[in-house]
Amino acid sequence: MKISEICSLIEGTVVIGEYRMDDEVEYAFASDLMSDVLTVKIQNFILLTGLCNVQAVRTAEMSDVPYMIICRNKQVTPDMLEVAEESNIVIICTRFSMFKCAGILYVNGLKPVY
Amino acid sequence: MHVEYNVEGGDFSNAGSASSQIKKILKQLNVDPSLIKRVVVALYEAEVNVVAHAYRGVIDADINPSGIYITVKDEGPGIPDVELAMTKGYSTASKEVREMGFGAGMGLPNISENADKLSIDTVVGKGTTLNIEIRF
Repeated sequence: MKISEICSLIEGTVVIGEYRMDDEVEYAFASDLMSDVLTVKIQNFILLTGLCNVQAVRTAEMSDVPYMIICRNKQVTPDMLEVAEESNIVIICTRFSMFKCAGILYVNGLKPVY
Repeated sequence: MHVEYNVEGGDFSNAGSASSQIKKILKQLNVDPSLIKRVVVALYEAEVNVVAHAYRGVIDADINPSGIYITVKDEGPGIPDVELAMTKGYSTASKEVREMGFGAGMGLPNISENADKLSIDTVVGKGTTLNIEIRF
């Protein structure tokens, strides 16, 4: 699924990485627990999270996660943008809950990692 | 190649910067991406452990064509029961650490899963040293 399509399905706003809107992603993983994200063995998936801090973006960087959805209208901070920019990570913000985003994206064809 | 980084206990805003630097070096050396991921996940978990539990620490990494050898040495409370600390889900992390998305008791087991070799030397009241080896 294209990142632009994901964005439109969850009524998201891209806060950084707009140049990657045509990228395709096949798998998603949802968690607020970064330790859990670090156990995911595959690369190149989209992370749905309610955690909005610099460690969430660092975790994405370490896990080779190029795309993130931050749920529930949280404010992305300048230090998050800095790490995201350095690592070419796309951050999408949405007012939807993590449960709602996961449901929408699952029925529209994004696959679960596990 | 040898690199060394200092890690400050409690400094969550910079937690991961050493792992990030080592990731860049490994990319420049054209190491296989799946190996890079194993190295940086193990190292990042160890770095977060120092920030979360210790007063300060030093990361030493030796990179050569056969692999990476990392020592993460901290001054901190030490681990009273290593076997228990290696149990998935066991954690002594503070509320602050949990709010950062960590402290789920998965750090040491995840380091062990990603490493080809892991040894833990710890003295209660003094500190902990992790020796992590990942072969290329």
